[in-house]
Amino acid sequence: MSYTVLVFVKQVPDTQNISGDAMTPQGTVNRAALPAIFNPEDLNALELALQLKDRYGARVVVGTMGPPSAAEVLRNALYRGADEGVLLTDRAFAGADTLATSYALSCCAKKLGKFDLILCGRQAIDGDTAQVGPQLAEKLKIPQICYVEEVKELGDGKVVARRAIEGGYEVLSAPLPCLLTVVEGNEPRPMAGKRIMKYKRAKTPGEVAKSHADANYTDEEPMAAELAKLREQGLLIAEWTAQDVDADPARIGLKGSPTKVKNIQSVVLTAGEAKSVPATDEGIALLIHELITDHTLG
Amino acid sequence: MSEKLGNVWIFIEQEGGKIADVSLELVCKGHDLAKRLNVKTEALLLGDNLSGCVDTLYSYGCDTVYLVEDPRLEPFTVLPYAKVIMDLIREHRPNILLFGATMKGRELAPRIASEKLAGLTADCTDLQIDNFEDKANNKSYTDKLMQIRPAFGGNIIATIVNTWDDPQMVTVREGVMKMDAPDPKRKGKLVKVQPKLSDADTVIKVLERVRADKEVDLKGAQIIVSGGYGVGSKENFKLIRDLAEALGGEVAASRAAVDAGWIDHDYQVGQTGVTVRPRLYIACGISGSVQHAAGMKESKKIIAINTDPAAPIFSLAHYAIVGDLNTVIPQMIKAFKAKA
Repeated sequence: MSYTVLVFVKQVPDTQNISGDAMTPQGTVNRAALPAIFNPEDLNALELALQLKDRYGARVVVGTMGPPSAAEVLRNALYRGADEGVLLTDRAFAGADTLATSYALSCCAKKLGKFDLILCGRQAIDGDTAQVGPQLAEKLKIPQICYVEEVKELGDGKVVARRAIEGGYEVLSAPLPCLLTVVEGNEPRPMAGKRIMKYKRAKTPGEVAKSHADANYTDEEPMAAELAKLREQGLLIAEWTAQDVDADPARIGLKGSPTKVKNIQSVVLTAGEAKSVPATDEGIALLIHELITDHTLG
Repeated sequence: MSEKLGNVWIFIEQEGGKIADVSLELVCKGHDLAKRLNVKTEALLLGDNLSGCVDTLYSYGCDTVYLVEDPRLEPFTVLPYAKVIMDLIREHRPNILLFGATMKGRELAPRIASEKLAGLTADCTDLQIDNFEDKANNKSYTDKLMQIRPAFGGNIIATIVNTWDDPQMVTVREGVMKMDAPDPKRKGKLVKVQPKLSDADTVIKVLERVRADKEVDLKGAQIIVSGGYGVGSKENFKLIRDLAEALGGEVAASRAAVDAGWIDHDYQVGQTGVTVRPRLYIACGISGSVQHAAGMKESKKIIAINTDPAAPIFSLAHYAIVGDLNTVIPQMIKAFKAKA
């Protein structure tokens, strides 16, 4: 039998490479100036799924929740070897905290039907919370294995995985379906040239509609024809709203989020009163002397 | 609101009967919060054969210890722990529940928060009690837990409030809360709890477990010599070790040096590593990203050595040495040996 593996990924601003340009004069982050990237550990999760596909013949479905432009990470996943993509997008999802996000993703997983494994990166670099994985597992009432480095075995209705623990590792087994959060521990494969040629035309219905609006078509027919053609070629990326996945409006977006942000303060590294020490024998000797005298050293 | 406010709970993390430092730090912080709210400080201690830990928890300020002992709770697996804690929450309705932001805490807390439909804030670096006006919804709350955490890669600090069900749940970074001195005379109440576990709670099996206590204890170090990308190579890290050895300190590193494979992750200081507050922190060839600063800016004295005079680390440093660490470090070793 073949397995179905869902991979939930996120498009994130590249917070790890914040340059001076991305900071406003007030010291706040200018998100628009940051490139949107595939969350790094989600790439590790995708790679793990693709390895399972190679080893056991799994169908790999990649899902993401985000604005319409998040379709870009789905195409990226298709280039690397994923079989299908689904975009969960709706203004009603906006402002979700981790609880509301995990609920929305659980609705998406249920809508996708039977699955054996859900993989996601341990955490996303914009929030670093690592909460959505375990919360999603709980919402679906399935077991979770966090911090997975490697899947040792898939079979007999269970998964055996090696995961990191503080100061070492564990090998755990859990029955399927199960959710794994994945840490950096493999080398994500590059995008394949042939797949790029094929899937660069893959679009969501929203993207198709937008291109037709831009082209200023007046009737619906060319659009319907294009959608039908994409579907036939396996190039239509599914696009679902909250209603499509039967999400309870009270449990998504801002309304479904118990945590509220009271205030935000930007971290401005204050210009300190650093004492300049010349990099000479005398300068260093004076510094060491000062530190010994005030009992910092020795 | 006539209903009595619930207590402050702390999940106690232990490994082989040894309580994690972060749990004791949280008992101390929890005790402060509980005093402010006029409620009790209570510990959740799960595992097997743990009676030796109970007095320690009293001495750090726990009024009550809920002790849950069962062979199925050892070693830690997430499902039975979540089940036991959920049952206790339903029975006793705590107001606040604190977890260490450790690998266990970050796996367990979201599982519980999801089931309880409670808010959860990860990786807090400070906690305070204050009132909250939710202007968007025209509601006001008194004496809520202000959950303060860095976000967006450490570039912003957000204050977050949970407005739904209690408990108000957070995970807190290791090393950021101060551990007070224990008072061995302090006593509390022991409540032994029989866990109600079914087969469904124990479906995750531990087939193999390999762990060693960390050899590096950066949190307790008084002098830290830390190397960054500017060190240049794995071989050149010897310079950092030499200086640390000469000064009687510990070696640490920035993420860039760890990512380059020059040193193990256990030595990493910063947002995704350890938070340290030594007497002296010497940053060698570290540019000083906000992520790194998050883990070391509380150091009493900071010396920065960098060839780039514009490196952000200099804005944190007390002593700025613009120069090549390859010459400055030997100069420091020589000067120290001459004086000491």
